[in-house]
Parts: sequence; C-alpha cells; structure tokens
Amino acid sequence: MIREFAAIDVYYLLLAARWTLALTVLAFVGGGLFGIVVALMRVSPFLPLRALGATYVNVVQGIPLLGWLFVFFFGLPILAGVQVSSWVAATVAFSFYAGAFLGEIWRGCLQAIPRQQWEAGAALGLGFGEQLRHVIVPQAVRVAIPPTVGFLVQLIKNTSLGAVIGFVELTREGQLTNAATYRPFTVYIAVAAIYFAMCFPLTQLSRRLERRLRVAR
Amino acid sequence: MPSVVRGGHALNYRFNFRDIWAQTDFILEGILVTLVLTVVTMLSGLVIGTLGAAARVHGPRWLSGIVAAYVEVIRNTPLIVQLFLVFFGLPSAGIRLDAMTASMIALGINLGAYSTEIIRAGLEAIPRTQVEAGRCLGLSGVQVFRHVVLFQAIKVIYPALSSQFVLLMLATSVVSQISAPDLFHVASIIQSRTFRDFEIYAVVSVIYLALALAMKLGFAAIHHFAFGRR
Repeated sequence: MIREFAAIDVYYLLLAARWTLALTVLAFVGGGLFGIVVALMRVSPFLPLRALGATYVNVVQGIPLLGWLFVFFFGLPILAGVQVSSWVAATVAFSFYAGAFLGEIWRGCLQAIPRQQWEAGAALGLGFGEQLRHVIVPQAVRVAIPPTVGFLVQLIKNTSLGAVIGFVELTREGQLTNAATYRPFTVYIAVAAIYFAMCFPLTQLSRRLERRLRVAR
Repeated sequence: MPSVVRGGHALNYRFNFRDIWAQTDFILEGILVTLVLTVVTMLSGLVIGTLGAAARVHGPRWLSGIVAAYVEVIRNTPLIVQLFLVFFGLPSAGIRLDAMTASMIALGINLGAYSTEIIRAGLEAIPRTQVEAGRCLGLSGVQVFRHVVLFQAIKVIYPALSSQFVLLMLATSVVSQISAPDLFHVASIIQSRTFRDFEIYAVVSVIYLALALAMKLGFAAIHHFAFGRR
C-alpha cells in the first residue's frame, strides 16, 4: 500500500537521525580508544610497536568500510560463537575503522610538537611516559581538536553505510520511507538535508577552531 | 541483503574457500568494473575540480559562491545518499539512468567537490610575490601560469589528490547498493550463490587492499620521478 509522503515522515526521519548520532558517539568512543593506542604505538621508541601500528592503519585504510562491516557482521559470530545484532557488528566495525583514522590524526599532532620539547623533557630527567604526559600531550591536544572535529563529520556520513547490515539509522529509515511512499526524490532530499544540518555546523566549527589556532601561534 | 546471522561455534566453523575460487572469472570482471569506475571518476573529478577551483579563485563573486555551496553540500552529505538521489530520485524528474551511468555521475560530482577544495588550496599556496616576480621578468599571464604557478601548484596538490584517488577507489564499493556490477556487488552475488558469507567478503576485502596498495605504490613512483630531483 503506497501512502503519501507527509510531515510525519520527516518526524520519523528525525527520530532515526538519533540512531545515526548514537552510532557516531559509540564509534567515536571506541575509535578514540583504538586511536590513542595506535597514536602512542606510532610514536613509541620501539620499532616493532611502530611497525604494528603502521600496519594496522594501512590495512584498515586500504579496505572499504563496506568490507569491514560485512567482515565483522559475518566474522564476529564465527569468532564469538554467538549471534550478534547489527548494533554490535556496526559498533565494532566503526570503532575499528575510526581507530585507524583517529590514530593517524593524533600521531600527526604528537609529531607536530618540536623535538626539542621531548629533549627538554629528557633533560629534566623525565621518562618517555612522563615526557608524553606532562610535556607533549597538553600541547598536542590543542592542535588535535580541529582535525578531530573534522573527522567527526566523516564519521557521521560514514554511519550511513550501517544501513547495509540492517542497522536502522537515517539512511535506512529513508529507504524504508521510500518503500512506503515511493517519493524517492523528496525522501532522499530530506535525508540529505538532515545530514547536512548535522554535519555543516561541525565543519564550520572545525574551520573556526583551526583559524583560531593559527592566529594563536 | 543479510538479515539473519547464523550462530556457529568457533570450533565448529569450517572455512571453505573452494567455492569462491571457482568464481575467479566473475571476480575478475568485478575488479575490472571497479577499475573502470575509478579511472573515469578520477578524470571527471579532476576536470570538475580544476574548473571549480578556477571559479573559486578567479571567477566572479556569484560563480564563486555557487561553487562554494556545491562543495559544502557534497562534503556534508553521505555519498550513498547522493547516489540514491541520482539513481532513484532523478527518474521522478524524467531522467532515467542505468546503474553504471548513475554511479559515474554521482561519483564524479562527489570527487569534483573534494578535488575543487584540494586544487584551490594548491593555487592559493603559491605566494603572490611569485606571480609578481614572473610579471616583472616580462612574462605574460599565461606564461606565468605555465612556468611559475603550474608546477609548484601540482607539487602541492599531488599528495592530497593522490590519496583522495585511493579513497575514491575504495568508495566505489558503495555503487554495489544500486546494483552496479562492481567488485562489491559481485561479492554479494557470490554470497547468495555459495552462502560463504565470511569467506567471500574476506577475499574481496583483501583484493581491495591489494588494489589500494598498488595505487599508493604507483602514485609514489610517479611522485618520485616527477618531483624527486627538484
């Protein structure tokens, strides 16, 4: 039964956008944890750790997100021996994916701090961990904020691919609405507009923070 | 589309790749389509990006504004939604496209926005004084562009643009969602033929990884020969 596209459909799309945001937050938290580990591995003084971190980043970034979603969706049940919901599969896959990108961003920020700062820390008798904690990280965090906000935009957009493993977020809700109303142009314009409303302010924020940082230097 | 996940026990699951090797020719066809999509989109995205950047930097105010709006809209919405709009949305405006054409259009428009930004940044990275120095030496506007701006701009643009191309190749996998016969769509067909869900997606993921590494190596080699000695 085909029905008209009405205001209520926009309301349902907005409700579904909550799940887009929820998945983004989960992926950001999970990806942040992976990312910290990867960034630290990549600046560590031990070659094997650096190599392992680099391999993780290259492998994750060399495979499409769709690939990761399906590999985790079908692979987790084999690994765990239990069924997993699309929530679990999507959260794990997106965290894994975001970890590589956040790791690279944060590594860049750590390395943007001049060598002399490390050396000054060493001269004061601080160990690697102490140099990192008291000297490098406090400075690197400021540099890291603009690109991290920028990546958040990527993440919001990428959660749209969660739809392919049956995760009902904004894009999937758009597909379902389209199936019921058969107004593809209107539906997807509405979906795109909602994504834009979520992403554009963050893009602007990232840009403004970056400008402020450049002035501050 | 998978809706049910079978729960097997870790120890009970037997990997089986034999059914997938039997589909090698089919997989090769998918790889070919993915490569064609990538190359066509690289070219169209480069053309759109160059025109867009020229309009942003040198164009009249209204044109520059339109291009800026295009870039913002594309960069703040997901590719898959753009693809659905072109493939499912345009027919209601009377424009009917097959999956491959729709994919090329959507991917080209998408990459065009990103490359506009990259190329614009490259053009703006050339200090004004360089252009003025060229003019002082008696070079014409075109000569200044050819001998002073172009090479330096390409050098600035190249790393960002080449990694954008690799991201594009990976992103082409999204066209499988409108049944364009690319590598990822081939995977979903093989999945439904063999029921080897995990194996086929693992194999295809490794193929993408190999393609991405090959592209990175190729771009690095070009970079070495083009810019290495300067």
